[in-house]
Amino acid sequence: MSDDELDLPAGVARRDFGDGPALATRGEPVYGEPTADGWRRWDPHRSKLGATIEKGLDTGLAADASVLYLGAANGTTVSHVADAAGPTYAVEFAPRSARDLLDVAEDRPTLFPLLKDARKPETYAHVVESGVDVLVQDVATRGQARVAVENARFLADDGRLVLAVKARSEDVTADPEDVFADALDDLREAYEVVARERLEPYHDDHLAVVAIPR
Amino acid sequence: MTDQTPAGDAGWFAGVEPGDTDAAAAAIREGGTETPADWPARAVEAGFAAHADDYYAELHEATVAATRRAVREAESADDRQVVHAIRAMDDLAATTNELAERVAEWGGTTDDDPGTGVPYARELAARDPETAAEERIVSLAERVVDLAAERDAEREFLERTVPTVAPNLASMAGPILAARLIDLAGGLASLAKMPSGTVQVLGAEDALFAHLRGNAPSPKHGVIYTHEYVRGTHPDERGSAARALAGKLTIGARIDHYAGDYRPEVEADLDERIETIRARHGDETGEDE
Repeated sequence: MSDDELDLPAGVARRDFGDGPALATRGEPVYGEPTADGWRRWDPHRSKLGATIEKGLDTGLAADASVLYLGAANGTTVSHVADAAGPTYAVEFAPRSARDLLDVAEDRPTLFPLLKDARKPETYAHVVESGVDVLVQDVATRGQARVAVENARFLADDGRLVLAVKARSEDVTADPEDVFADALDDLREAYEVVARERLEPYHDDHLAVVAIPR
Repeated sequence: MTDQTPAGDAGWFAGVEPGDTDAAAAAIREGGTETPADWPARAVEAGFAAHADDYYAELHEATVAATRRAVREAESADDRQVVHAIRAMDDLAATTNELAERVAEWGGTTDDDPGTGVPYARELAARDPETAAEERIVSLAERVVDLAAERDAEREFLERTVPTVAPNLASMAGPILAARLIDLAGGLASLAKMPSGTVQVLGAEDALFAHLRGNAPSPKHGVIYTHEYVRGTHPDERGSAARALAGKLTIGARIDHYAGDYRPEVEADLDERIETIRARHGDETGEDE
C-alpha cells in the first residue's frame, strides 16, 4: 500500500525499527515492543486497531479525541491509543487482564481503567463522559454488534465507531461472511456503516468496521 | 456537593470530596446511571474540580484505585480457595451420608416405618423426642441436616467462584468438575502446564499405574468421566470423546491461567468435535450402560 504520513492519525507515525517502516506512537514501552527515539512500535499483528489503521481505514483518532475503548484486555493497544489521543476510557471485564491494564494505566494520566462488563453500559455511564469522539470495540463475546449498539449512547453525533468483529466469537461453524453480514445488519439499528475491511493477513476471520451514529 | 442531583442521574463524583480516593473508588465500582453526561463540565460546575484537567487527574486516581481493588477482590477468590472448598464439600458429603445411614439405622429401632438418607434425617430432626434415646436420635439427625446444608453451601460457593477463577474451564467442564481438576492437578497453574493426556486420566491414577506395571489396559478417562460428553457417548467412542474433552479443557485451563478472559469459541469447537465423534456411531445420545 502507498500510505504516507498524511493517512495516519495524528500522533501515529511510521518509524524504522530495523526492518522497514512500521506503525509507531510516542511513549513508554509496555510489552517489550521495539523502541527508537522515543517512538515504540505498534504491531498490527497484535492489535486489531493497529491492523485497521494499517489497512487505511479512517478511525477518527486525533490528538484531542476522547476515546471509549471496550475490551481493553491487557492494555497493549489501549496504551498506543492513550499516547496518541485524548482522555481514554478503557473497559475490561476479566480481572486477570485488568491487572496488566492497571500497570499500563498507572503512568498514563489520561487513561482511565474500568473493570466493567461492556454489555452493561449502565454500570459505567456515571464515569464515562458523553460525546466521545471514538468508540473502539474489540470484545470476544457473542452479540458483538449488540454491544456496539448499547454503547452508542456515549458517542458524539459526529463520532466514530471502530469495531473489530470476530467471526469465531459469534459462530465457529458459520461462514465468516455470513456472520459479518448479520453483525452489520444488527449495527444498522444505531449506526451507518461507512467502511469495512477484512483484517487478513494480520488477523484471520476478523472484519474491521467504521460506522457513524444514525 | 453544592447542588443536589438526583441519585439516578449523577456522576461518580456526586457526594465525593475531591481527594477522597476511597469514596471515589467506591462510587466508581458501585454506582451507575442509564445515560452518560458531560461529566467533566458537570464536575467543574459543581465545584468538584477547578477545570477539566483537574477533573481528569481526580478521575485517573479514582479509576486506578477502583480497578486495583476490584482486581484484588476477584483474585482473592483464587484457586486455593476452590481446592479447599471442593475437598470440604467431598468430606461433608461422605460424612453426611455415613451419619445419615447411622441415624436411619438407629431411628429404625423406635420407628415402625424408617426411611433412608438425608430426607429421613430431616424428618427425624423435626420430631419431639420422648425418651432419652430418642433425644439422641433427634439430636444426631439435626447434625446430619446441618452437615447437608453446609455441603450444599460449599457447592453454591463453588458454582459462584469457579467461573471467576477459571471462566473457560468452568463453562466447559461445569464448576464442580473444573474444581476437581484444579484440585487433582494441584492448582490452576499446574493444570495449565499439564499435557492433555495427563488431564484425560487425572483421578485414574490407580488404573494408570496398574497399566504402567504392565497388567492392565490404559485408562481411557479419569474424573472427566463424570462429564456428559464422556458418559453420554457410546462406550466404543468414549476414548475419543475423553481425548477431545481433555484437549479442550487443557486449552481452557491455559487461557484461564495465562489470559483470564472467556473465549466462547473454544467451547464451540468442543461441541462440534463431540458431535462428529458421536455421529461416527450413528446414535447421538449413546445410552449409558
